Amino acid sequence: MTTAAVTAEGRPVKAKPATMAQALGRALRDAMAEDPAVHVLGEDVGTLGGVFRITDGLAKEFGDDRCTDTPLAEAGILGAAVGMAMYGLRPVVEMQFDAFAYPAFEQLMSHVAKMRNRTGGAMPLPITVRVPYGGGIGGVEHHSDSSEAYYMATPGLHVVTPATVEDAYGLLRESIASDDPVVFLEPKRLYWSKADWSPEAPAAVEPIGKAVVRRPGRSATLITYGPSLPVCMEAAEAALAEGWDLEVVDLRSLVPFDDETVAASVRRTGRAVVVHESPGFGGPGGEIAARITERCFHHLEAPVLRVAGFDIPYPPPMLERHHLPGVDRVLDAVARLQWEADS
Amino acid sequence: MTVQELPGAAYRPTPPPAWKPITDPAPLLPDPEPYRVLGTDAVADVDPELLLRLHAELVRGRRYNAQATALTKQGRLAVYPSSTGQEACEIAAALVLEERDWLFPSYRDTLAAVARGLDPVEALTLLRGDRHTGYDPREHRIAPLCTPLATQLPHAVGLAHAARLKGDDVVALAMVGDGGTSEGDFHEALNFAAVWKAPVVFFVQNNGFAISVPLAKQTAAPSLAHKAVGYGMPGRLVDGNDAAAVHQVLSEAVARARRGEGPTLVEAVTYRMEAHTNADDATRYRVDSEVEAWKAHDPVRLLERELTERGLLDDAGIEQAKEAAERMAATLRDRMNADPELAPMDLFTHVYAEQTSQLREQAAALRAELDAEQDHDEHGPEAGR
Repeated sequence: MTTAAVTAEGRPVKAKPATMAQALGRALRDAMAEDPAVHVLGEDVGTLGGVFRITDGLAKEFGDDRCTDTPLAEAGILGAAVGMAMYGLRPVVEMQFDAFAYPAFEQLMSHVAKMRNRTGGAMPLPITVRVPYGGGIGGVEHHSDSSEAYYMATPGLHVVTPATVEDAYGLLRESIASDDPVVFLEPKRLYWSKADWSPEAPAAVEPIGKAVVRRPGRSATLITYGPSLPVCMEAAEAALAEGWDLEVVDLRSLVPFDDETVAASVRRTGRAVVVHESPGFGGPGGEIAARITERCFHHLEAPVLRVAGFDIPYPPPMLERHHLPGVDRVLDAVARLQWEADS
Repeated sequence: MTVQELPGAAYRPTPPPAWKPITDPAPLLPDPEPYRVLGTDAVADVDPELLLRLHAELVRGRRYNAQATALTKQGRLAVYPSSTGQEACEIAAALVLEERDWLFPSYRDTLAAVARGLDPVEALTLLRGDRHTGYDPREHRIAPLCTPLATQLPHAVGLAHAARLKGDDVVALAMVGDGGTSEGDFHEALNFAAVWKAPVVFFVQNNGFAISVPLAKQTAAPSLAHKAVGYGMPGRLVDGNDAAAVHQVLSEAVARARRGEGPTLVEAVTYRMEAHTNADDATRYRVDSEVEAWKAHDPVRLLERELTERGLLDDAGIEQAKEAAERMAATLRDRMNADPELAPMDLFTHVYAEQTSQLREQAAALRAELDAEQDHDEHGPEAGR
């Protein structure tokens, strides 16, 4: 969904190439400018601007009390954010890397996810936890985990992940404005992906909880999110040569999960492949395949397949290309969707 | 003052041999012995009205603990971790705070919440088991009773920090046990509080045991209060059964926080007279003679002795305090004997601001089950066939 790029005064704005990283930083800046309750805290987010430079300039513009370099302790950061939210602030926490968010799990699972429920709705916690996640950037161990399955298995959390520059801005703004806690997963290998985008008049996007069909097609549905969206889009283009017209659904949020859009697509196409980097066993794909089967059984021409990362600890960088689901692996899965039964 | 202008930010490591600590640790060190007031000269400076107030509250608190334990035997509470023997700590923690301040209790600290004015039924709701938190934390400025040990300490730091950023005069007092000091969150909370100079008081009740594990297996520190030095905040060691001493030390820590001078760690040495909870068997890990020895240092008796010796309290006064406590206990018993209203459909109400489609489906399924149950109850097994 795109709107004409115009400024607040109604002047047309020329969209220029912007990276996802820039759009995320702009979303933080605009949220902080709009609402003094928004505070950013994390490791190196202040003077340095974050190791990925997402928070660049925030401390300078809003001061160290609004964008705070904390001691190096993730449970302490998130625990302090809980207290800040209890007092009416709207903290945005940066976890430096996916695997470095694990020390904060107890705070996340026992308090952030449950506080609204524990207090009968009296004390919801509007906290956004930004987590750069996934591989493909040549990171050494502990820098490339896809940890979304842990978060989506925890009731009380929203789990959001953008795959486009427009969504990066729109979904982060909505996450910060949400009265529910959001784990905001940023696909690090898309930080430097570019699109024409104007910060002065960012395009409106569909709300959290709504999946979007990125490419309509008739033959089969690829269901994906975050870092695997570009892979699926490329696979869909390549599939044309094989005579397959693939539909690509970008989930955008794992929680809430948009059953409606996913089921409608699969009922149309009759075939589905779920694609993600996270290990397949116990991963999001299993849940999604089960939900599709429960809802679309009589429309399915073939079992729902999963293309996922192997069930291994994330590999060393020189081997990660063998682990990550690529275009060929997606096309191989599409080929296994029992097409021969059609003829 | 921004966080980066705080004194700690000026520290820069320099290569040896020029390196030296930037702070003299001596002023941060706790007294060698737990601080006492009752039976010492210091008691002369304490307002007799305060002593009498503490006494009435201790007697009430002792009775509250006994009543709550009795309620577990009657099946009216799922579980009760008693603070019998620790009443001086519980009461003092409540009395040193202003209404605008925040209390962060652990599961053993319902008495502190009650002494702050919270309805005992609301305080005990979690332990009854019909809902998680029986009160609105913001209304009473009492955080939900916290079961995962020490995890509420960073919340106290964040809340106090936020209040300070907003320019509000609010102090947070966070309660934890000796076992909780081994948790990572204890360390992280104290470190954050010291770096941010947050107006927090960390109040450790060292009651000797973490369920069955004695302090010697918990720490090799000279005392728990000594841990403060490592964070750059003062540690205070106090006799946890001396209500006047705990009140004084906590009051000083609260005042220090209010002045903007940062957090304090207070260790109160006390003793858990009962088992960990009603479900625990303390005879498996400690001997009766130890419990008996602590009875000679009972917080209620210590205060009563002081007050009667000075002629501030007579038998009639003691009787009066006991009668007031009995009335509280009788009311509590009667109210807890009423079955709570259960609201199964509320299970889905407060998970998110807005129910997800999945939760709406599950709520509908439970609604149908409840309707079928009701139908069965009203019309028998043939109903609906």
